[in-house]
Amino acid sequence: MDALTAVVQGLPMTLWLTLAAFAIGIVGAVPLSLALTSPVAPVRWAARLLVDLIRGVPIIVWLFLLKFGIHVGTFKFDPVNAAIVGLGVVSIAYLAEIYRGGIQAVPRGQLEASKALGLSGATTFFGVVIPQAFRIVSPSIATYLVGLLKDSSIASTIIVAEMVFQSQSFARQHPTVEGILPYVIVGIIYIVLSLPVAFLSRRLDARMRKAIFV
Amino acid sequence: MNWLEQWASYMPQMLSGLGVSLFIAAVSIVIGYPLGLLLSVMVQRRNLVIRTLGLAIVEIGRGAPALVILYLVYYGLPKFGIAFESIQAACIALVWNAAAYSSEIIRAGLQSVPRGQTEAAQVLGLSSRDIFFRVIMPQGMRSAIPGLMGVAIQMFQGTSLAYAIAVPELMKSAYNIGSQDFNYLQIFTLAGICYAAISMPATWITVYFEKRLSRHA
Repeated sequence: MDALTAVVQGLPMTLWLTLAAFAIGIVGAVPLSLALTSPVAPVRWAARLLVDLIRGVPIIVWLFLLKFGIHVGTFKFDPVNAAIVGLGVVSIAYLAEIYRGGIQAVPRGQLEASKALGLSGATTFFGVVIPQAFRIVSPSIATYLVGLLKDSSIASTIIVAEMVFQSQSFARQHPTVEGILPYVIVGIIYIVLSLPVAFLSRRLDARMRKAIFV
Repeated sequence: MNWLEQWASYMPQMLSGLGVSLFIAAVSIVIGYPLGLLLSVMVQRRNLVIRTLGLAIVEIGRGAPALVILYLVYYGLPKFGIAFESIQAACIALVWNAAAYSSEIIRAGLQSVPRGQTEAAQVLGLSSRDIFFRVIMPQGMRSAIPGLMGVAIQMFQGTSLAYAIAVPELMKSAYNIGSQDFNYLQIFTLAGICYAAISMPATWITVYFEKRLSRHA
């Protein structure tokens, strides 16, 4: 088996980890970002502390904590689930921070105008703030997705058979010069995978800029 | 024994691991940031060879996961007879990472300096070296400070990946302790606290600088 085939074997797992964790993050970050922008100070502080704590601990620690540390009755995480939950939790914190930035970047005048028009709080939030905030944060979300794709490689340390894990096992079986190939190939695959996301986000960004400022 | 007592008994070993983590992070910053400055100048050069080389180093350093670069240096290069000790390999990989990320931040900082500054300096008859080092850099680096602090925190957290090549840093210390008495929950919680105890205050200081700089902008 050649190096490329070996590495690509791990591609579906890499994509699965990335997308599953991203899905958890996209949804889970909504309530947390609301807490971060809450008018109630203690709620805001608690959310801030939680976000900073989650982001302050490296991903590998979260993965090991879930994989080896959680042991409730007969329940234990298998490596894939530990990786998805770990990457998902970290995504929640990072995306909540991105959402918060977007919500707060919507000009105050928009809220005042909504109030003057007699819109309800819910309509103001979902109909006025969210659509604008989404435009502001979509490039950051795309950047985060690329980062998450790369971070999914850390799952190889808890024996999830994604691309880096497959590269490792190929390199172990080929102690010759050929053994460097999987690392080069896997690096290229990550870069190639991140290109379309970066391209899309740049186009989205350009379109949305037009939509807002013209 | 309760958790606190156990944690206290683990601390000496954890602290020596933390020392190694901080050392690798310091090396990656002290060597990586000047290289980042160099790369940021390279990618702005008209010379195609210099620019392409700079871009390649930056794009690989940012585009490939740190873990892949780490493995490439530690497991890949020895196949060509270039072997490093694990801690050296970790330093090289993170220097590359730090240089690539910081170069983008520094480039953005340098480009944020208004063109008029260069023009004014030229009119005043400053040499191009003086223009770069005494006019553009001091102003450009100022706006790059929060970003560079962010990368420093990222590098500190990134040292945890060196666990994967058996560098005796914090994560490795934690794992060794854990595999002795199987208190994985306790020991990895303690490891998390050690990382957070440094990352969280560092983040708050970064946010403070960000706010201060944006106030004057």
